[in-house]
Amino acid sequence: MSVLTNNLDLFLRAFGQTLQLFAVSGVLSLLLGTLLAALRVSPVPVFRGIGTMYVTVLRNTPLTLVFVFFLFAYPLLEIVKIEPYTAAVVALSLYTAAFVCEVVRSGVNTVPVGQAEASRALGLTFVQMLGTVVLPQALRSVVPPMTSTMIALLKNTTVASGFAVFQAGTIRDSLSEQGENVLFGLLWVAIGFVVLVMPLTYAQQVFEKRWSVAR
Amino acid sequence: MTAASAPPMIRVAGVDKFFGPLHVLKNVQLEVPKGQVVVVLGPSGSGKSTLCRTINRLEPIDSGLIEVDGQPLPAEGKELARLRADVGMVFQSFNLFAHKTIVENVMLAPTKVRKTPAAEARKTAMELLERVGIANQADKFPAQLSGGQQQRAAIARALAMRPKVMLFDEPTSALDPEMVQEVLDVMTGLAKDGMTMLVVTHEMGFARKAADRVIFMSDGEVVEDSTPEEFFSAPKSNRAKDFLGKILTH
Repeated sequence: MSVLTNNLDLFLRAFGQTLQLFAVSGVLSLLLGTLLAALRVSPVPVFRGIGTMYVTVLRNTPLTLVFVFFLFAYPLLEIVKIEPYTAAVVALSLYTAAFVCEVVRSGVNTVPVGQAEASRALGLTFVQMLGTVVLPQALRSVVPPMTSTMIALLKNTTVASGFAVFQAGTIRDSLSEQGENVLFGLLWVAIGFVVLVMPLTYAQQVFEKRWSVAR
Repeated sequence: MTAASAPPMIRVAGVDKFFGPLHVLKNVQLEVPKGQVVVVLGPSGSGKSTLCRTINRLEPIDSGLIEVDGQPLPAEGKELARLRADVGMVFQSFNLFAHKTIVENVMLAPTKVRKTPAAEARKTAMELLERVGIANQADKFPAQLSGGQQQRAAIARALAMRPKVMLFDEPTSALDPEMVQEVLDVMTGLAKDGMTMLVVTHEMGFARKAADRVIFMSDGEVVEDSTPEEFFSAPKSNRAKDFLGKILTH
């Protein structure tokens, strides 16, 4: 217990940073992933190709490599200089977007094709059809796998430890330097993650319940 | 402009369509003048539903020409969406938007496509629901309605766009027998009001009573094109005689 109480400030700052990485990357990956899913189900073959290629490349690459690219390879291109923290957000967002895309796409596929046909027959454009008819109905089946994807993102933020980005995964480094008990320190980090994931699971239950009655 | 010089509401000329190796529409010719009710009959797999779905390009064709109100069907995009807005379609499986109430289903396209203010769209929607006899179901979700009520809601939804022509793709085939009549009554009412209609159906009674013309299709071809009296009393082709023999004997 003393490990936690003696270093409360460290724990709070580190987990705060983790939450921030998660929140920013979460929002960005949800937006980008949904856009990618729209590309993948669009009637334009070129768009579908772009979406498929993105998912193939990013989903098949280890997250650590994506981090390495943005922290060490990207700077060599000398385009725009980015801070390690920003690089971590970019790497996490781009990587997670590929998974979000597939979750959204699988949700879209659960909506009967007649719903899209009726929309088209009424004169709705592709974007209107997706936005007002298909995606709202896809939400329900998307909630459980999307929660899993977001939980994975929350835990993946610790990969940033290897790249000198301060967050919960780096608590151990600081504790070692101070000669604290690392075993108990890590236990508290683990408990911290369990506590952080709980609201996500709760949100899943709430959304599942709310959207199950709306039909 | 005289009736003769006006373009037909629907013109299908030399249309061919393949599903892989299957030739589902063979050089189909069809004209539906304004205000006419044309019923398409034929055995399963004769291509009648496919024909219906090509007219608003839910199924693209491989060759030939389709015009709606004198305008050739554009390729997929905004212009096609505009044309579809003028062509009402009713499906066998209703396809009401499952996450929206009945009145929201009817309001959706007018507000999204025509940018009608919500209050006005709701008023029109309620009038249409009144007309098809389900105004009291307006705030329910589709799954809470019977099949017949859902199909009448789907007709109201199509009418809300004030279409120039209505396509019906086997509108009563998924209904319990006791609900068929309530849908046919709505359709007969529409026909009386002068709506141009193309109706793919197995309801011979409707064909007799409400159709101006009957098209008989078999194996992807238009085999007969005549008045209901002619078709039912004196079919010309053997395929039509065979078809009528099968369905009218019991």
